[in-house]
Amino acid sequence: MADTMQFDLVSPERRLVSVPVREVRLPGTDGDLTAMPGHVPTIVTLRPGIVSVLAEGGAQSDFAVTGGFAEINADSVSLLAERGHPREDITQEIFNEMMQDAHRKKKAAQDKAEQHSAGEDIVTGAVKLLADMEALGTHIGLDPRQATIPD
Amino acid sequence: MPSLKDLKNRIGSVKNTRKITKAMQMVAAAKLRRAQDAAEAARPYADRMAAVMAGLTANSAGSDTAPRLLAGTGSDQKHLLVVLTSERGLAGGFNSAIVKLARQHAEDLRGHGKDVTILTVGKKGREQLKRDYGQLFVNHVDLSEVKRVGYENARSIADDVLDRFEAGDFDVATLFYNRFESVISQVPTARQIIPAEVPEGEDAAAASSSYDYEPGEEAILTELLPRSVATQIFAALLENAASEQGARMTAMDNATRNAGDMIDKLTTEYNRSRQAAITKELIEIISGAEAL
Repeated sequence: MADTMQFDLVSPERRLVSVPVREVRLPGTDGDLTAMPGHVPTIVTLRPGIVSVLAEGGAQSDFAVTGGFAEINADSVSLLAERGHPREDITQEIFNEMMQDAHRKKKAAQDKAEQHSAGEDIVTGAVKLLADMEALGTHIGLDPRQATIPD
Repeated sequence: MPSLKDLKNRIGSVKNTRKITKAMQMVAAAKLRRAQDAAEAARPYADRMAAVMAGLTANSAGSDTAPRLLAGTGSDQKHLLVVLTSERGLAGGFNSAIVKLARQHAEDLRGHGKDVTILTVGKKGREQLKRDYGQLFVNHVDLSEVKRVGYENARSIADDVLDRFEAGDFDVATLFYNRFESVISQVPTARQIIPAEVPEGEDAAAASSSYDYEPGEEAILTELLPRSVATQIFAALLENAASEQGARMTAMDNATRNAGDMIDKLTTEYNRSRQAAITKELIEIISGAEAL
């Protein structure tokens, strides 16, 4: 069996990364998982977090994603993220934007729940998303409280 | 008969027009390249999304618990037409083609007693539909400030559409845009986005059953359906942008050629009148001399 597989990180606008890798660590909604060559074909949804990629030579690169999903095959991993950035490119500014997005979603979910057009579970989902975003920020050393919370 | 001076002015003005249309054609050609590149770059995501969606929808289409975005509301009384047009004119039949198709659909649906509402994106479509369907407009998205359509634009349109769906404003949503076939051919297209279309055939179902899903299939489907709507709108916006530039390029090429023909014709006429004037003067001089 080959000891590498193809890793693609694609956003709706373009392909961000496409490299051969040894393993990929993914933040799945139901828990983290690591994909290595020969993995059983799986589709997982992701929560906001860090995707770590171990390249052929053993060099590790990290990407921050704001959710999405990944398609894992025996010889490839395709990650479809609405936003993905290399970890070192994430500035407080970009992170603030992501946080604002999450805040906005939570607000929208709460509004909907108040009007009884949706169940409590979407609020729970949005609150969890926000918490995940905060955890992501703290993890890479950025302050989640700097984002201005939209009214 | 116009005087020589008039003809000369006319030729001058047509020459200026030709310069403008020529410039517009070249600008459109450059923008077309960029639009095509953008459409190309967006393809991997859209293809993957479509493949995964195809598998998922084929599996859960029959089940009772399928999400409403896939199974529909159980009625098809209320229709929403999302009409994507451009912000600028001078693109040949680009906008008219979309509007014509949308109009046809609207008439068809109304003929069958359905309720129709319209959401317009782009100024040109709104202007053309306003007179007949102004009272059916539910919203208008203005992209005139947007230089390059991004996923954000598509997502805000999708969010708006999804909110309306959840509020029960419509049962079926159809997208109208121009599919980019080539520089000279753009095909006006209607595509149903809500409820999601289920692909035909066994292949899709077979492809999906080989996957493990984490969390469950339906949980993933519920999360992906709204994204898929946004992706489809984004793809349509990109196709539309490429089509617009293609249509404009062709239209301006024709205009430039027509201006050239017109200049030739006017120049011939100008030379003929000039010659006539000279001949007339000669005749006057000769007959004057003979009279002596």
